[in-house]
Amino acid sequence: MRKKDRIVFLFFSLFVGLFPLVVASIKAVSHYIDVMIFAGIFSLVSIGLCLLMGYAGQISLAQAAFMGIGAYCSGILTTHYGWPSSLALMVGLVVTGVVAYGVGVPSLKLKGHYLAMATLGFGMIVHIVLNEEVELTGGPSGLVGISGLGIGNFQISSPFAWYYLVWGCVATVMLFSLNLVRSRIGRAFLAIHADERAAQAMGVDVSNYKVKVFVLSALLASFAGSLYAHYVEFLNPGSFGLMWSIKFVLMVMVGGIQNLWGAVIGTVFLTFLSNEWLHFLADFEVLIYGLILLVIAMFIPQGLVTVVATKLLKKGLRDGA
Amino acid sequence: MLTVRSIHTYYDSIHALKGVSIHVAEGEIVTLIGANGAGKTTLVHTICGLLKPSRGSIHFYDRPIHVLPPEKIVSLGIALVPEGRQIFSTLSVEVNLEMGAFLYRNENDYAKEMKERMFQRFPVLRKRRHQLAGTLSGGEQQMLAIARALMSKPRLLILDEPSMGLAPLIVAEIFKIIQELREQGTTVLLIEQNARSALAIADRGYVLETGKVVLEGTGEALLEHSEVQRAYLGRETSRNWEV
Repeated sequence: MRKKDRIVFLFFSLFVGLFPLVVASIKAVSHYIDVMIFAGIFSLVSIGLCLLMGYAGQISLAQAAFMGIGAYCSGILTTHYGWPSSLALMVGLVVTGVVAYGVGVPSLKLKGHYLAMATLGFGMIVHIVLNEEVELTGGPSGLVGISGLGIGNFQISSPFAWYYLVWGCVATVMLFSLNLVRSRIGRAFLAIHADERAAQAMGVDVSNYKVKVFVLSALLASFAGSLYAHYVEFLNPGSFGLMWSIKFVLMVMVGGIQNLWGAVIGTVFLTFLSNEWLHFLADFEVLIYGLILLVIAMFIPQGLVTVVATKLLKKGLRDGA
Repeated sequence: MLTVRSIHTYYDSIHALKGVSIHVAEGEIVTLIGANGAGKTTLVHTICGLLKPSRGSIHFYDRPIHVLPPEKIVSLGIALVPEGRQIFSTLSVEVNLEMGAFLYRNENDYAKEMKERMFQRFPVLRKRRHQLAGTLSGGEQQMLAIARALMSKPRLLILDEPSMGLAPLIVAEIFKIIQELREQGTTVLLIEQNARSALAIADRGYVLETGKVVLEGTGEALLEHSEVQRAYLGRETSRNWEV
């Protein structure tokens, strides 16, 4: 990991560690802990999508569907079959991994719009299955009574425990991803993004790497989905539809498509926007997201965090000189 | 070291190579000349595994490679400097070089050492190491493409039209580099439209026309050959203009 990453990671840990202590002491914003738990869960999805989209250059509009597969595996196994939550979570990962591999192998042969369409189609299929398999999923009225998360007698119940669990996972995934993108494999992703044929001529097994990063992003989404299921203890197909897949793309794009920190910051920002600050405009949600996407794509395609970071860096250089 | 035996390759329904046979011996510069559409690049892509031949065989050190995927062929020691350079224009010069050593897993020391060698060999790349490769001039990009290919310490270096789109002075420099590489022990297969410069530095050459080898011989012999002079060197015009 580079020195710069280490410093940012330190600040990140400090902020995340102190956030609930500060927020809990101020009554007006004490529920921000809950919002941050959601933001953390979504961050797991957007970090995976950032690796897939920003680094390897493959678009996916199926992240919410993968999240849904993980969530419903957890939900169905704990409610209908009485499985322990940790085991259900792992089964969710296995199922999602197998499905993602099956979807990834044929569809990653496609490029650009066609890949987007293929993943979009898959996402819709999952959404329809969640809606129609009423006996298993509860259909549109949802799946209730999902158990909380726990191992043996140890249950995670308080918001604080959930907060530190979720953000601990985010930090771990972040460390892993930062190391990954600076490694030989990360360079292969960038090379595939830049020019697949040239990457192949350098000896990169292009299709293999594309499928791997696709499965990795799906696994992260599935893990996030299971956490979501056990945290909310209620599932509804609406949380895993196309709109959510687009939201994840937006979260990554707002922060900076090729910037892992940007993905996390963008996710936190948009989660607060939709859950808190612009909650009263919920009816216009689609409109607002469309507007944000438009502005970002037209004026700051490299993302907010990337732009600010470059500005700061330049200023630092000027001041230093 | 490389033996291509009567291969046939199709581009969709187009029969692009119709039984081409060539061979390259260790330490040679072999050139392949021919007009546009003769099948030069198709042949290169078939050797590198980017296209699969429908018939025929390709052996590298007596090992059949026409059945292998491209990454395996690279790992056996064949490196390609592709037509139009195909550097990673959105990545930095340094990362481009590192990609050249992709197949060396204990990358860090190896890549560092090789990068240093490449910077010594091509000082302009050291100056531009943090720049995005797309911002380099055409000649610099070609040097980067060659350096990137050399990062894997290839036994056979294949260059596909390295002079394309470059100013004559730069072309002369690139050809000088190719000669130096051979002196340092790299075997070179050079694909060119610039027949005169290519034949001048080549030990042997092949003339490719509509998917077939129509002539072969030493570089000198081909330079003297009347048909080559007429078709590729423009003998009539050179008499009028150069004498």
